[in-house]
Amino acid sequence: MQRGCVFALCISSAALAADPPHAGRARNGSEFQSADVRALQSDDFANPMALWVERGEASWSRAYNGRSCAGCHGDARKSMKGVAARYPRYDAGAGEVIDLSRRINGCVVGGLGARKLEAESDELLGLEAYIALQSRGMPVNVAIDGSAHATWEAGRELYFTRIGQLNLACTNCHDASWGKTLLAETISQGQPTGWPAYRLEWQRPGSLQRRLRACFNGVRAAMPAYGSHDLVALELYLAWRARGLPMEAPAVRR
Amino acid sequence: MKRRAFLRLSTLTVAAGALPADAQEVRDIAPLIQAITHGATPEEGGIEIGLPPIAENGHSVPLTLKVASPMTQAHHVRAIHVIAERNPRPAVATFHLGPWSGRAEVATRMRLAGTQKVTVVAVLSGDRFRIARKEVVVESGACLDEGSL
Amino acid sequence: MLLGRIQVPPSVKRAAVFEVRVIVQHPMETGFRRDYEGRIIPLHIVQHLACTYGGREVFRVELGSGIAANPYFVFPVVASESGEMVVEWSDDRGESGSISAMVNVP
Repeated sequence: MQRGCVFALCISSAALAADPPHAGRARNGSEFQSADVRALQSDDFANPMALWVERGEASWSRAYNGRSCAGCHGDARKSMKGVAARYPRYDAGAGEVIDLSRRINGCVVGGLGARKLEAESDELLGLEAYIALQSRGMPVNVAIDGSAHATWEAGRELYFTRIGQLNLACTNCHDASWGKTLLAETISQGQPTGWPAYRLEWQRPGSLQRRLRACFNGVRAAMPAYGSHDLVALELYLAWRARGLPMEAPAVRR
Repeated sequence: MKRRAFLRLSTLTVAAGALPADAQEVRDIAPLIQAITHGATPEEGGIEIGLPPIAENGHSVPLTLKVASPMTQAHHVRAIHVIAERNPRPAVATFHLGPWSGRAEVATRMRLAGTQKVTVVAVLSGDRFRIARKEVVVESGACLDEGSL
Repeated sequence: MLLGRIQVPPSVKRAAVFEVRVIVQHPMETGFRRDYEGRIIPLHIVQHLACTYGGREVFRVELGSGIAANPYFVFPVVASESGEMVVEWSDDRGESGSISAMVNVP
């Protein structure tokens, strides 16, 4: 289709200019928060995410039908080290790219025989926070080759596509305008390394998918459903874009 | 990309999402203070209010309180009241201490509905009262998602 | 049961002043927020929190929606003898929680 070809050309030329967008100046999300928020994040007791990490830690050992996460995976501090830094990833069992929360549910349903945990529930966020913590400080390292490549491309295309009533693409803010201010807020690079995170505006933790949905809402676009291909594809692209950046989950954000 | 169009649009968005904080009026907190001191006039000072001069976000602002007191059986702080004049419910919290506390200090995180003065009233043993105030500028981000879940 | 965490130093010298840190999971819903469909989210707050040390109350707070979600408090206590610090709290729906930690005063 003619429009599609021109579109693709525009996308790829913009991509070449912006991929990687910050060429050596990659900055984690915490660098764009206030001093108070950064202090809160780095205090392992005062960081509200610690409540959910503790919940996840308890869930890890809890028996369900005589089985538990610990039953297969042992000590999470060993077995989950580096795992979150490799998600999203192509999962042969699922037949597609999935993020960490979907992987957790795969285990909950398939491995424990329990009911799927709801998106944004305390239970799921707790487990995700606990597992992500085991990758803190480790570099993001996702695979985009082979079966993951098509999803990565879809995520990249979406990242550079203008959407919503405000007609903005992710790149307009997070590549072209990071470091500039909108009211009192400094625009970040949109790095995904802090999630799941405690967002002060939500007064509770949330997943990266929730934050991305909020971005869609922010440019007055319809929000993709939780677990939709659009969101996973974006997550994969963002993780690739953040490659090498140290994980900082579970973070605190305004 | 039309840069000017982008900026104009973003201003509109900000104006349209009128921050609830701006709509809050300063309330008359004198009756609250009177109720604490039973009509007595509190002495000024002797309280250190630790609040950032500029809070980036009104949802969670770190607060530390220090009242000068030897915290002995004879002379100690019994309670500390925190009042936020622009919050829809100005009475924020009341902390109860005693000689067993060793120091008259407390830390917490509070909510501030916009730029305002925070007033702290300390109740001392011997029916004495102290009062102090601190102004805090409360800012807001622009990318508010209205709690979209 | 509501979830919470408490932090005390593992060991304190007699008569020294030590800090207790407490955080409680609670939305502290103000009753002014609206959900995505525009409906008011009802008020839901912790109202009381108190700490006992060896059975005696050493800290109490009456709080409301002016305290941030997941209430966090730091307060000082004079070390007397080894004992249990118990923090209990309750909200406006009659739900309560409790956490404790041992303080060792050699």
